[in-house]
This record gives sequence, C-alpha cells and structure tokens, in this order.
Amino acid sequence: MTAAEDLLSRRRPAPRRFRPPSLPRPSPALAGGLAILAALLVLALVPGLVAPYAPAAFDYRAILKPPSFAHPFGTDNFGRDILSRTVWATRVDLQIALFGTLVPVVFGTLAGAVVGYYGGWVEALFGRVVDAVVTFPFLVLVIAIVAVLGPGLFNLYIAVSVVGWVFYARIVAAGVALQRRLDYAAAARVMGYSTPRIVLRHLLPNAVSAAIVYWMTDMALCILLGSSLGYLGLGAQPPTAEWGVLIADGKNYMNTAWWISIFPGVAIVLAGLGFSLLGDGLADLLRPKR
Amino acid sequence: MLSAGYVLRRVLQMVPTLVFILVVTFVLVRLLPGDPLSAIGGDHVTDAQVAQARAAYGLDQPLFAQFLLYVRRVVTGDLGRSIVVQVPVWSLVGERLPPTMLLSGMAVAIGVGLAVPLAFASALRRGRATDLAIRAGAQVGLSMPVFYIGLVLLTVFSAHLRWFPVGGYGDGWGDRVYHLFLPALTLGVSLAAVLMRSLRAAIVDVLGAEYVDFARAKGLPTRVILLRHVLRNALISTLALLGPTVGSLLGGAVITESVFAIPGVGRLMIESIYGRDYPVIQGLTLSLAVTVSLAFLVTDLIQASLDPRVAR
Repeated sequence: MTAAEDLLSRRRPAPRRFRPPSLPRPSPALAGGLAILAALLVLALVPGLVAPYAPAAFDYRAILKPPSFAHPFGTDNFGRDILSRTVWATRVDLQIALFGTLVPVVFGTLAGAVVGYYGGWVEALFGRVVDAVVTFPFLVLVIAIVAVLGPGLFNLYIAVSVVGWVFYARIVAAGVALQRRLDYAAAARVMGYSTPRIVLRHLLPNAVSAAIVYWMTDMALCILLGSSLGYLGLGAQPPTAEWGVLIADGKNYMNTAWWISIFPGVAIVLAGLGFSLLGDGLADLLRPKR
Repeated sequence: MLSAGYVLRRVLQMVPTLVFILVVTFVLVRLLPGDPLSAIGGDHVTDAQVAQARAAYGLDQPLFAQFLLYVRRVVTGDLGRSIVVQVPVWSLVGERLPPTMLLSGMAVAIGVGLAVPLAFASALRRGRATDLAIRAGAQVGLSMPVFYIGLVLLTVFSAHLRWFPVGGYGDGWGDRVYHLFLPALTLGVSLAAVLMRSLRAAIVDVLGAEYVDFARAKGLPTRVILLRHVLRNALISTLALLGPTVGSLLGGAVITESVFAIPGVGRLMIESIYGRDYPVIQGLTLSLAVTVSLAFLVTDLIQASLDPRVAR
C-alpha cells in the first residue's frame, strides 16, 4: 500500500461500532472469592438444596457413622447428619459475618469522615482513642464483654461493635483527610455546598474504598471470632448449628470420629478464603490506575 | 540513639491509654445486670450484709467517686479478690502467668522461625510456583481458627502418633517445653501466616532499593546482601507488628490454653467466666491490656532507636 492509498483509505473511517462499556477483567482472586461466597450464600439461603436431613434430626440407628453414601460427612453421637448440620450452619456464620461488621462499617465510616474532615483537635482526640483501643487484646476484650453480658450471638455483636468501628474510622479518616486538601474539595466549598454534602457526596466516595477492602477481611475475622466463641461455649448456643459449636461437639470424638469436627472446620477455612480473596481482588480493582 | 524527649513524649502518650483501660474495666463490671454486689454475692447474702459490703466497697457513693476509688485501688496494686477461690486476683494472675509467657515465647520463636525462610523463598521466587504455594499456604493459615489447628495437631501428634502429651504443663524446664511444643506450634503457625505476608512484602520492597543494587555492584556475596542488608531492613518494618502480635498471642492463648488444658492466664479467663468470678475477669482484662500497651511502647522505642525517622 502506497502512502497515497493509505491516505485515501483513511479518508472515510469505518462507521464506529457500538461497544458496550467494558468491565475490568476480574482477577483470579476476585473471581475465586466471588465464586466461593456465591456458593456459600446459596447454601445459606436454601440449605435444603444440599442438606439431605434436618440439622437437628436425631437418628439413633446411625450413631457415629463414618462418611458413607447415606451420610457423606458421617454422623455425630446423636446420629445427626454432619453434612446437613454444616450446611445449615452456613446461614448462622454468614449472619455473624454480616451483623458483626454492620454497625462498625456504618458508624465507623461516618465517624471517620467527620474526624478526617475537621482534623485539628477532633483528630488528635480520635488518635488517642485509637491508641487506647488497639492496646486491648481484641479477643480478650470481646470475651470479657460477652462474659459480663452473657453468652449468645446478640451480645457478641454488641461486643464486636463496641471495638470494631475504630478500625474503619481510622481508615476513612486518613482517606478523607487526604481528599479534603485536593482542588475539587476547595471547588465544592467555593460553590457554597453544605458541609454534609461535600463530605458525603464528594469526599467519602473517594475515600471509602480502603474501608470496603478492610470490611471483607473483617468479615473473615468475624467468622473466626464467632466460631472461636462458639467453640468456647460463649457464642451461638447449642443446639444451634454453628461451625465453631459443631467443632466443639466433635472434640471429644476426634480420635474415633474425626469427621464430626473436621468438615465444619473446612467450611470455616473456605469462608475465610472466600472473604480474603474477595478483599484482595477488590483491593486490586479499586486501586487507582496509573 | 533515642532522644530523651521522644521517650518522654511516648511514655506520656500512654497516660490516656491507661485511663481508657481503667474506664473500660470499671464499666465492664458495671454492665452486669443489677448491683455488682448482688451478682458477686449470689443469692446467699442478706440485705444487711449487702448494705454493709456496699459501704465497704464505696458503692453507696456517686459513680465518679467510685471510679476514683477503683483507680486508687488499682494503682496501689489491689485488683480485688477472687470470689471462687478467695485469693487476691493479683497473686492468682501472677501464679498463672509463667505458662502463658513460656507458651508465647515459644510461639514467637516458632512463628519467626517459619516466617523468615518462607518469606525469603517466596520473595526471591516472586510469581513462580514456590511463591504461589507459600502464599496460598499463608492464606489458608490465616483462614484457619486457632482452636481447629490445635485440635488437628492434638489428634494427629498426641492421640495417634503419641509423640506428645495430650495437654498439661509438666514439671521442670525440659518437660514444660516438651508439653508446650504442640500448643506453641498451634499459635506459631497462625502467627507465621501473618508475619510471612508482611515480611514478604518488606523483602520485595527492600530488594528494589538502591542500596541493594549498590551492595551487589560492590560485589558482595548474595548471602551477605540477603542477611546484612535485606533481612535486617525488612525486619525493621515487620517489627511494627510486635505490639499487635502480643495482643493476638494473648487472645490466642485464651483459646490454645483451653484446647490443651494449660494452666495459664488464658485458661484462668475462661474458668473465671464459667465460674462468674467477675473480679478475676476484671483484673485479668486490666493486666492483659496493660501488658499489650507496654508491648506497643517497647515496639515504638525499639523502632525509633533503629530508625531515627520514626522518632520525629
């Protein structure tokens, strides 16, 4: 093709074809995390889809049976089907992840926005609160609060929320403090927008992504915490099927009937992996592209 | 070197933290439904006894005066008495502290011992199969609850292989280390997962630094570069995890000690909860929080002495 032909052929550009806006390609971490969590969500919403029996159904003819076709994960000392109990527990543990982090996310984000926007003595005061809160061994404090309020999931949520919001507030405060110094924030102020509008509509959306990433990790931590308390008898109360409670059920049978504890533990690991992969994937996705 | 000004400033920073710890532990027992005394005394006390004890404990005074009373007691080293065993809380905690300290020390040794070589292997083979496998392993380690790791190790190594005792503390140093090996491994594995991730990131960071290129250009052997330049600088940034690590170790000890029946402070916490021994719960929470805040202080001072930029 000569230069002239090239010029000629360029004269009439091909009609532009409509292209749908391309979504960023999900990373393997994001895809894996989403897949695991989607599967767990289905189990939590419709446990009957996979669980062959009722979670609390006793069967005295099938006590401590190893995994078999009738009971793929075996049975416990009451003849309860471990697969069914593990599947039904998904609902409880995902609830723990959600309700244990809900108040911290919402309140912590708003508090962080206020701290980050005003700075000054508010920020200094908040810094001291952070210093103080991080020095409490988290698990010890939560256990102490639950010990005083009484065991159970609701008190667990209270205990976690009392402490948890601080971490979100710290992350968001740092982000908002950074954003408020940028030109667009000054522009919004010049436009005469109200402070709540500037903070909530302009600064927060640009500062919240790190908190969302932390939220995913936090949900994984919350499941670990909830199951640990369940194991110690301070979280979900038997006969509620919760992964930690299920593992505690089987701890005295580990030698003879390992399946009672092992399978719920695998479920915890899976859920933890799901949330941390999702967190890693989101962190990649939300990182500003250069 | 550390400047006296920085040390003073950092120590003064602890004051609000300590006040906060006092407030929280004071409020903690106040959260009990009803009067702390009726909860403490149970159903076996008469009204007259309650009134007498109330005056003795200062519970008839306003809340703030009660708080000051509590602070004065704590500052003079009086953490109250256990209801269940009728011993000062302070001596109870002191008695149960050595197993937890030994357990934590061994866990840190195992955790660091696992994390350093793994972090190097992972960072030096970045993006290859070794790296992926190690990082996947760390991810699984992070997602695994401590009590589950403990239960599995206990079943495999104690019950089946009979290499280790199923729990307890033992007599004499050698026996104790032997008894605490599996529990320390339990805590060490989950600690290694956390440390490995941070150390790997730090090593990758340091490997790209100009002074490492310079060391290489000088012709220093790789081993020397890795140990003297890379590991040393990577460890400094990982040192920031020391404070939080002490916190999570103490939390982990609560669980590990109940799995392995070790008579440490963690198990004391759980026993006190089951026995509703509120003064012990309060005293323990207080001492553990103070321990962690001291760990944060030490972390900051070490970091500042290694890296003068921190002290600014």
